[in-house]
Amino acid sequence: MKTTLNYYLQIADNALILSHRLAENTSKGPFLEEDLATTNVALDLIGLAESVLNEAAKLEGLGQTGDDLAYRREESEFMNCLLVEQPNRDFAHIVTRQFLMDTFNYHYFIALTESKDSFLSAIAFKSIKEVTYHLRRSSEWMIRLGTGTDESKHRVQLAINTLWKFTDELFEESESDKAMLANGTGVNLHNIKNQWNQKVNEILYMAHLDSPKNQFSVFGGKQGNHTEHLGHILAEMQFLPGKYPDAVW
Amino acid sequence: MTTKLESAQTAELLADFEKKINAEIKIEPSDWMPDAYRQHLIRQISQHAHSEVIGMQPEANWITRAPSLRSKKILLAKIQDEGGHGLYLYSAAETLGVSREQYIAWLHQGKAKYASVFNYPTLNWADIGAIGWLVDGAAIVNQVSLQRTSYGPYSRAMVRICKEESFHQRQGYEIMWRMMQGTNDQQRMAQDAIDRWWWPALMMFGPHDSDSPRTSHAMLWKIKRESNDVLREKFINKTVPQSELIGLKVPDPNLKKISDETYTHGDINWEEFRQVINGNGPCNQERLEHHIRAHREGAWVREAALQSDFRNQ
Repeated sequence: MKTTLNYYLQIADNALILSHRLAENTSKGPFLEEDLATTNVALDLIGLAESVLNEAAKLEGLGQTGDDLAYRREESEFMNCLLVEQPNRDFAHIVTRQFLMDTFNYHYFIALTESKDSFLSAIAFKSIKEVTYHLRRSSEWMIRLGTGTDESKHRVQLAINTLWKFTDELFEESESDKAMLANGTGVNLHNIKNQWNQKVNEILYMAHLDSPKNQFSVFGGKQGNHTEHLGHILAEMQFLPGKYPDAVW
Repeated sequence: MTTKLESAQTAELLADFEKKINAEIKIEPSDWMPDAYRQHLIRQISQHAHSEVIGMQPEANWITRAPSLRSKKILLAKIQDEGGHGLYLYSAAETLGVSREQYIAWLHQGKAKYASVFNYPTLNWADIGAIGWLVDGAAIVNQVSLQRTSYGPYSRAMVRICKEESFHQRQGYEIMWRMMQGTNDQQRMAQDAIDRWWWPALMMFGPHDSDSPRTSHAMLWKIKRESNDVLREKFINKTVPQSELIGLKVPDPNLKKISDETYTHGDINWEEFRQVINGNGPCNQERLEHHIRAHREGAWVREAALQSDFRNQ
């Protein structure tokens, strides 16, 4: 049960934290249409997080809700990968982080539709439509920035170089990943890595951008060892339920 | 120099324009219109568009601290709606022959205004409820009447906007209701929010009719359909009972019920209104600086999108 719960939390926390990062950018977009599009992706992701957290809370069977899991867990109990908690340094970082994660999500959710866990397969089917749009959008931005001006090319290449060290973790097999794959409910991350590489290389080629070579990889998010950023995200996100534990909002 | 012939032609066009206005036929972008009518719309619609966009800021201030997944989702969607209203309105304003870029430049130069209510800070979670309930509630009263405005693109934008705003008003009221059902701390926050937002919401309708310089012309051309005071009273009569129903006290010691559905209210602090409009409110500087900064930091992105050969497939 713990295995399944952690597997659910990996999916939910990736969506929750990435959604939070995008939500931080509301009213700060480079133009109004882009501001709204970013919020749209944030909304899809928080919707995904909510569904999976509610199901995880039921599975846990301790009378908790999805909100309890989002707002009352500690930093070390969050299972998201490090990539999604990286800050919004500039638009190029926001787009690159999104593109790297969208590519993962796209292939991951397609594979997850085959899961023997009926909830996971249903949520994967539901997510594919959204993730397909997310990936199309972020891919197009990568190409636009890579082939735009010298400045945009420089910025987006810098973002790739900065974020690349967090990408191997997407494919790191946690205990949950291994157990769920073995019983037919999880996804083979080795296969996803190949598909991810192919798509990312294709877009980087079209965008005239380079993929970094021989970079050191950083791991830990899936085990609850995060970068310094997550603590600040949670301090803000969990402030009200933490300060007023008896309140219902 | 205007010739006699040109004057006669203008008089004929004006007569035709006024005939349409009187017959409740909408004026469309390609129709002839008096310059003063165009200028009034340029000012009013762009001010309305800027208000929607600047209004995203005080609400975005609480997105990262929304206390539940549901409330965060609702707030994200609401702010997205407001940005969408900004888009419809900029589009409507562009039909008057001024580009969005120009409208934004006027905003940054301080030549265009936005609703002064957004120059107040959001200090606790109940402020998000108060904005939806009171600020959007006041906006709806105004906008319902603007659905009948004489300029076609503005009127059509209003029809769409009103549908979404009434949803926001109910969501805001739900936040207040929920907090008044909650702990003492939540009730305290809700009362604090109405204490701070009530008067700015009343000011949203603008000065008293006797002090409103542009009202008479705007009424004549049916840009504006009801006067500031009439709209303000409608809002008060609708909102006071809602407040009493959930146990909130309207912060006006002179508020009196004069019949089943009507109230009189205390004096509005017009000096505060003038100060806030003229840039001296608590957040004027932050709101404008935030918009300028986002626009400036986004310049390289807009430039890249224009330069790139890649277009949406």
